Amino acid sequence: MAWILDGVAGLHAALVESGYTVIGPTVRDRAIVLAELGSADDLPYGWGVTLEPGGYRIRRRADSAAFAHSAGPQSWKPFLHPPRVKLWDARRTDDGFEIREEREEPPRYAFLGVRPCDLRAIGILDRVLTGDRYRDDSYAARRDGIFIIVVNCTEPGETCFCVSMGTGPGADSGYDLALTEFAGEGRFLVDVGSDAGADMLARIEHRAADPVTETRARAEVDAAAGRMGREMPADGLRELMAGSLEAARWDDVARRCLTCGNCTMVCPTCYCTTVEDVTDLTGDHAERWQRWDSCFDLDFSHLPGGSVRTSTKSRYRQWLTHKLGTWHDQFGSSGCVGCGRCIVWCPVGIDLTEEVAALRQEREDSDE
Amino acid sequence: MTAMTPVPYRVTERREETRDTATLVLRPCGEPIPPVRPGQFTMMYAYGVGEAPISVSRTGAVMEQTVRDVGAVSRALAGSGPGRMIGVRGPYGVGWGVEDAVGRDLVFAGGGIGLAPLRPAILYALRRRASYGAITVLIGARTPADLIYRAEFDGWRERGARVEVTVDRAGDGWRGNVGLITSLVSLACADPPNATAFICGPEVMMRFTAEALEARGLTDVRISLERNMRCGVGWCGHCQLGPRLVCRDGPVVAYRDVAPELLVKER
Repeated sequence: MAWILDGVAGLHAALVESGYTVIGPTVRDRAIVLAELGSADDLPYGWGVTLEPGGYRIRRRADSAAFAHSAGPQSWKPFLHPPRVKLWDARRTDDGFEIREEREEPPRYAFLGVRPCDLRAIGILDRVLTGDRYRDDSYAARRDGIFIIVVNCTEPGETCFCVSMGTGPGADSGYDLALTEFAGEGRFLVDVGSDAGADMLARIEHRAADPVTETRARAEVDAAAGRMGREMPADGLRELMAGSLEAARWDDVARRCLTCGNCTMVCPTCYCTTVEDVTDLTGDHAERWQRWDSCFDLDFSHLPGGSVRTSTKSRYRQWLTHKLGTWHDQFGSSGCVGCGRCIVWCPVGIDLTEEVAALRQEREDSDE
Repeated sequence: MTAMTPVPYRVTERREETRDTATLVLRPCGEPIPPVRPGQFTMMYAYGVGEAPISVSRTGAVMEQTVRDVGAVSRALAGSGPGRMIGVRGPYGVGWGVEDAVGRDLVFAGGGIGLAPLRPAILYALRRRASYGAITVLIGARTPADLIYRAEFDGWRERGARVEVTVDRAGDGWRGNVGLITSLVSLACADPPNATAFICGPEVMMRFTAEALEARGLTDVRISLERNMRCGVGWCGHCQLGPRLVCRDGPVVAYRDVAPELLVKER
C-alpha cells in the first residue's frame, strides 16, 4: 500500500515535534550539503548538480524539485561516525591515573533524504562497527533509533553507478519511510518500511495513492536505472582484485594519485580511524580522541621498521582492492555502493570505474 | 566499560632483558582482563603518551609483557618501574593454539623480541610435558647481548626442551652457534609430519624459517604477524593484510595461508 504526501513540510514538523533533529540536504557554500534543517524550506528546491571527475557544480533546475540531485560532498557518515570523537579523559592521581569514559547523549536524528546507495552504506558501517565480536558503542549509540526517510533516486548523476553495485536507484528495505518525488509537482509517493514509519505517517496529512500515480512513481525510479552516468560490472570484481596485485595499471594510477585521501573522506563506507592522546601542559589531564584516518596516509601502516606501504602505488592498491575485494572476506559484502563521490572529489579526477575497466582489460590481455 | 578503555594494572617488577628491552610483571589494580591464551596480545597504555599492541609473554596467575623500546609509547612502557600504573586492554587476537597440538612434536622458533609471544606457549607445553612429543626451541638474535630470557634457557632444558641458540655476530666469550636461525632448522624434531611449528620474529626471518621447516616435511607451520594497530578490536582498519584483519583473524596465522600475501611487496 502506497500513499501520497503533498510536500514534506508536515513531515518535517511532525519529526521536530517528536523530538528529532532533522538532517537533510540544503544549499550552503554553493554545494548541496547535509545539515540540520530548521524547516522544510531549507531543502534545495530547484537545485540540481553537475558532476564530473574532479568537478562539482550546483545548477538551477527548470522545476522546483527538492531531491533532484545526486551525492554531495558529505555522506551520512559524519553524523554516525564523526571525524573526531573523544573516547575518554584520564586524570593523574597519587598512585597512577583514573579514566573517565566519555558518555555524551547523542542527538536523536531523523535523516531526511537518504539515497538508496547511502542507505546501503549505513548498513555496511553497521556491519563493520557493530557486527563483530566487539561493538563500537559510541557508533551504536548514535545509530540506534535514527529515523530514516529514504528518497528513491529519479535523477542519477554523471558519476553514479548504484545499479552496477546493486544498491539503487530504489530502496526496498531498511528505512522507516521511503519517498519518491514527482519532480516539480510538489508531491511524493510514500512507502512505509517500519512501525515507526507508519506511526509518523499517521500524524500527518496523507492520502492513499491511486494506482496510476503509484505506477508512474515506480516507472520513474525504474527509468533512472537506465540513466546511470557510470557502470562498473560487479561480476568477478572480487576475483579481479585478488588476481591483479601485480598489475602494471597500479603504476599508471600512481603517477596521477596525490595520496591526499579525499576519496576516503567522502566515501560513505571508509571507516578507518586512528587515536590521538593529548595531555595538558601540567600532565595532570590526558584525553584520548578517535579521528578519521586514511590508508593513503604514509603513517597508516607504520611499524617500528618503517611503513609497510610507502609507495603511492601500494596505497592506492590497498584502498581499491580492499573496497572492492577483501571487504567481502572481512565483512561479507563489497565496500562500494556506487555513489561516485570518490570520482567527483578526487582533485585529479581519478575515476575508479575507469581504473577497474583498465585492470580488467589488462587481465584479459594477459590471459590471451 | 567500552572496548577502548584501558584497565589499570600495576607494574610489580621490572626485569631488564637487554639494553632496550624489559619484562614487566603486571598485577591488576581491580578487575583483571579476561584470561589470556598464549599468543594473544594486549593494547598497553602509558599515561599521557599512548597505546601500543604488545604480546603477552607470560599467561596465567602472573601476567608478564616484554616491551622493546622502539618509539615514544614503548619507551615509556619499557621504562616503567615497580609501582607504576599502566593500562591494558585485551586480550586480543587468536593465540598459537598450542593447546590443540597435544601429542605432537613442537618446534618454536623465535627471532629477537619474537621470542616474547612464544614464551607462554613454551611454558604451557613444559607444564604439560608428558602431553607432547619432542619439544625444540630455536632462538636467534643479532648478538648475545640481544638475547631475551637468557637466564631461563637452562630451566627449559631441564624441563625437557631442546634449546638451541644462535647469534648473527658473536662477541668475546660467546661459545655458541653463529649464523642465521635457519641453520638450526635441521636440529628440529625427528618426526616432521607429526610436528607443529610456531614462529615469531622479523617477517623475513619467519618466511625463511617457515620455508626451511616445510622443506623438512612440516606441514603445520604457524607464524605471528605484526601490523600497525590502533584499536585491537577490528574497527580502525590499520592492521589489514589482504583478506585479514590481523587483530581479529591473527596475529597467529597458518604460514601456508598467508605466504602468497607476504610475497607481494608492500601488501
